[in-house]
Amino acid sequence: MKRRNFLKACLIGGTTIALGKTNKGWASGSFEGYPEAMGVLVDTTRCIGCRSCEAACNKEQKLPEPDTSFDDPSVFEHERRPTSKAYTVVNRYQKEQPSGPVYRKVQCNHCNEPACLTSCFVNAYTKTQEGAVIYNSKVCVGCRNCMIACPFNVPGYDYDSATNPIVKKCILCYDTRLKYGKPPACVEICPQEALTFGHRADLIKLAHERIRATPERYVDHVYGEKEVGGTSWLYLAPVGFDKLGFDTTLSNDPIISNVKDFLGMVPMVLSIWPALFSGIHLLCKHEEQDGHGHDTDSNQEDTKP
Amino acid sequence: MSSYKHLIVAALSIGAISVSSPAALQCAPVPDSITLNPNGKLFSPFTFNHAKHIQSIKECADCHHHTTGTLVLDPNCARCHQNSSPTAVVSCKGCHSATPFSPETLAAKRADKQRYHLDKMGLKGAMHQNCIGCHTKVGNGPTGCQDCHPRTQQGAAFYSTNRKGAKPAHAEEE
Ligand code: SF4
Ligand code: SF4
Repeated sequence: MKRRNFLKACLIGGTTIALGKTNKGWASGSFEGYPEAMGVLVDTTRCIGCRSCEAACNKEQKLPEPDTSFDDPSVFEHERRPTSKAYTVVNRYQKEQPSGPVYRKVQCNHCNEPACLTSCFVNAYTKTQEGAVIYNSKVCVGCRNCMIACPFNVPGYDYDSATNPIVKKCILCYDTRLKYGKPPACVEICPQEALTFGHRADLIKLAHERIRATPERYVDHVYGEKEVGGTSWLYLAPVGFDKLGFDTTLSNDPIISNVKDFLGMVPMVLSIWPALFSGIHLLCKHEEQDGHGHDTDSNQEDTKP
Repeated sequence: MSSYKHLIVAALSIGAISVSSPAALQCAPVPDSITLNPNGKLFSPFTFNHAKHIQSIKECADCHHHTTGTLVLDPNCARCHQNSSPTAVVSCKGCHSATPFSPETLAAKRADKQRYHLDKMGLKGAMHQNCIGCHTKVGNGPTGCQDCHPRTQQGAAFYSTNRKGAKPAHAEEE
């Protein structure tokens, strides 16, 4: 690619991004997810820590064999985070609590206004109308902004392939199940029905109804209803959420609201920085494609010089 | 308790006594054993010792919310169901759907605006919570998955059982 072409790509890339961003609701709280979005209600009082959900996720997403079997309880000795090899993990908390330990499943929460999405300047992320936050590895430049932006510390990074780095995270089984109205694999396998699949709006009502019907069983809060602008995964808990590894300091505003003012002050950052990066990205992709034929991805075709 | 209720209770207890007769309350005879998880792929089917559970629990409603023999005991249910007749079907699958989250079930739920029982459990959840819940509470029943139903070969592969004892994932990550 010539230098002139590179700069042209930067400009086009920058424009596309500037336009793209306005659709994503930069204004605080302007977008409340899709009204028909689906979600999952996790009732931690029902979970028995069997890790069947982890096994089901592993098979559904064709992830590599785990390092240790899915019924090895020794994994509970450490708090785990989702990785590129495990999109969901179950952790154990509150061992000393009289009614026994509390288990909590962790995965991408599929935010209504995803910070990963807003932080990504090549639009690799999409919030689908079904509620899933999915990811397109073909346009990803591997900058890892999303990993830093995610308030729940979710996206994992596949370091195995240095030439084509890929961010990996739970996609709510979008391609294989959600698209067809089916529940994700983890929900289907859960023996305790600790996971309830349904319309997000219905799940919120359901969660509050469970608290109302059995107030001795739950703390009066549905985690994810309002946090960072709301998430598609919602949680009920028997003890304070801070005791189960939840970040209870998150505001109810979407993450983007926190940086919006700052970004407004320095529009140069917005216009030059992403453009530069996407230029570099296109340059790389271009080189790659020369040898391997053309990528059919539309996002790339649009900006191809 | 009103005399009216006494009457019902009395009538029902007679029913309970003659429960072995198929004609009574149109219910089937109480089975001594039941095969659970008959179509299990990851876990094998197993025999549930019903007779033993009847002996140690005595109160049918502890497991079946409403049965051919007793009134609903749960005060919450009794608010509406105090006059409900004992149902013909008492098996879990009579009420709890095997596919609680299928598109069809979810659509039917959404369409039925009058529906009260919105949070009804699916079959698998209801049974596991019933069994494991009680076994945990009384402290002397099996609570591990394979204590009741051993895994099939397919199940062992699914849970990567052969990788037991390998280095846990977190050991590498640190
Ligand atoms: S939890 Fe993190 S990765 Fe998932 S949608 Fe929200 S910001 Fe994105
Ligand atoms: S499958 Fe269900 S009960 Fe088992 S660990 Fe996962 S959420 Fe908990």
